Amino acid sequence: MKKLVKICAVIVLVGLSSAFISFKNMHDHGYKIGDVVKDFSLKNIDGKMVSLADYKDAKGFIVTFTCNTCPFSIAYEDRIIALNKKYASKGYPVIAINPNNPNTKPGDSFDAMQKRAIEKGFTFPYLVDEGQKVYPKFGAKKTPHNYVLQKTKKGLVVEYIGAIDDSSRNPDGVKEKYLEFAVDALLSGNEIKVKKTKAIGCSIKV
Amino acid sequence: MYKSLLNYRKCKEVLINFMTMKLNVLIIGIILMTSGCQKNKKTVEVLQEMTTEVVKKEMNVSNIELEIYDYEGFSTYLDKTDDKVYVINFWATWCAPCVKELPYFEKLNENYKNQNVEVILVSLDFPHVYDKNLKPFIAKKALKSKVIALNDTNENEWISKIDKSWSGAIPATIIYNKNQRKFFERSFTYEELEKEVKQFK
Repeated sequence: MKKLVKICAVIVLVGLSSAFISFKNMHDHGYKIGDVVKDFSLKNIDGKMVSLADYKDAKGFIVTFTCNTCPFSIAYEDRIIALNKKYASKGYPVIAINPNNPNTKPGDSFDAMQKRAIEKGFTFPYLVDEGQKVYPKFGAKKTPHNYVLQKTKKGLVVEYIGAIDDSSRNPDGVKEKYLEFAVDALLSGNEIKVKKTKAIGCSIKV
Repeated sequence: MYKSLLNYRKCKEVLINFMTMKLNVLIIGIILMTSGCQKNKKTVEVLQEMTTEVVKKEMNVSNIELEIYDYEGFSTYLDKTDDKVYVINFWATWCAPCVKELPYFEKLNENYKNQNVEVILVSLDFPHVYDKNLKPFIAKKALKSKVIALNDTNENEWISKIDKSWSGAIPATIIYNKNQRKFFERSFTYEELEKEVKQFK
């Protein structure tokens, strides 16, 4: 009997602690590799709402949290445009989301986003995270912060989190195209070698 | 260890001489130009002021020594074993929340320098703006804490070496001494900063 009580206590403890850990992880870090992403509906610069479910033919997505004002985001603008050009037709379009609070960062207002998208000729949606509800779910901490999602039977699964490449400062100095490697691996049905990378970026303005 | 020191001090005299010359030539030029037609004293004065201002700025910047490190060189700042408390702040001139909290780090450095606390400001500015933005910023704000620059493209490696939990967003700060270490991916007020440092005493 005593043994049974002990076993029960251990089971309860393990259950509780794992529940606590998963809660903490969700709260602190957002999606991890292998997690299923909840779809969102966010306003695009043309005023229309965009959801991932709208893309019936997509095999997956390149989701980039970026903005107008961060020098690292600006440094990556041309490379994000190039990513969409290369991968949208292959089934992995770019979805850009601006997570910054425009009251804190006026340069990231809706008007400023529209202006920047026209100036740079964005060929992908540039969405406003109104109320800043989507970026915490992803666990985005900075701009730019990038995610590669893969459409599966159980939903959109996170396959890559991190930087576009290893040289934010200088596009000519790129040696490792982390994000492209990830999408290429998905396209060819291979395992992604590097699933998580880190880079310096601007903290998201709340 | 790669370490490059930009030291203009040796050329200081030459520079000052050159600038004074430039200034004189400019002023004479302006006076000649304006005296030739209608004399406009005010314009001369304003231009003179502007030129002096430019020269002043350039001179300040030329005085600034900036130590630039790759991660390996910089890492010696992360594991000192003397009796000091080190406050290492990662920032950049373009980072608004970083610039906002810089005065608090300066104040901490000033108030606690006699109590074995040292603040080190690690700039992550792009190298091409060291002379254009970073040095003028250091001069303008008259930063007293030690400022160094970290320039290492292999961010994916060294961000985790600094702290596993760091996403790479700035501002970020490490407070440590030989016994204890804490990492913060956040902004500080002076009171919050002081409170953390006091726990290391």
